[in-house]
Amino acid sequence: MTSLRRRSKDGGEIEIHMKILHGARRSKPKGRNGDLSRGLLLRLELPSDPSLLCVVRGAVERLTESFGFSAPDCRAVTRAVDEALTNIIRHSYNGRPDRPIGMLFRSVPGAATPKASGLEILLCDRGPSIKRAQLCMRELEEVRPGGLGLHFIQQSMDIVEYKRTNGTNRLRLVKYVPAPKQEVNS
Amino acid sequence: MQISRRQLDKTAIFDVSGDIDLANSPAVRKALLKEIRDSRTPRVVMNLSNVRYIDSSGVASLVEGLKAARDVGSRFILFGLSTSAREVLQLSRLLKIFEVYDNEEQALAA
Repeated sequence: MTSLRRRSKDGGEIEIHMKILHGARRSKPKGRNGDLSRGLLLRLELPSDPSLLCVVRGAVERLTESFGFSAPDCRAVTRAVDEALTNIIRHSYNGRPDRPIGMLFRSVPGAATPKASGLEILLCDRGPSIKRAQLCMRELEEVRPGGLGLHFIQQSMDIVEYKRTNGTNRLRLVKYVPAPKQEVNS
Repeated sequence: MQISRRQLDKTAIFDVSGDIDLANSPAVRKALLKEIRDSRTPRVVMNLSNVRYIDSSGVASLVEGLKAARDVGSRFILFGLSTSAREVLQLSRLLKIFEVYDNEEQALAA
């Protein structure tokens, strides 16, 4: 486990915990948490402080690059994660900078073929339950500020699922690496 | 993120560097609205060539700037959009709503 310390805007110190698993351990299921630790690539625990968003974006950019996504897909996944965290900070925690956020990044089998792969990201927060009406997106034809975050998430990811379990909001995002195009011999 | 202001005749140019996200989009919004609503500057130009990333809250700040400019009859211009910033405006179908130029020379000549 790696801990990064960073000075917050009010002069205090905030801490981000990061656990990076090496390639050889990626697919090894582990004990009673086997489901969640299967394919685990990275685990982050951080407070809901907006000044940490840039730290998470940096980590996600590097992870998606090493995962094999194209440059546009790296940007798309990074954008989706950033917008999801922004929503948690703004709507789930009402801007409070000291509430817990947990993130898991896992490698999952591809949608079309198990040989391909996908990146699954699970974001957890302990805020109040999200009402379905809050998950509705506004029409893009309206030129007005706000309401774009969910659009960016939906447009960037292949799967977006929200679930409330044991007092925790869980947002599951999945992006698949496109299978390489096969050459057709005539 | 850092934001600084230059004045060229009746044009205010904001040079922004760093990412515009939830942590600092309120500062962008405040600077823009002060310039447009309070100072009533006829032309406000945003230099985004050193901005690598803009999130939805940053886009919202730009939209607020645009709407305020329309309200008071000012022009609101963007230039130097990164690939990521351009993508975000395209995804939100706002790219055509803004006046966007590649560089400062074009923005000032417009």
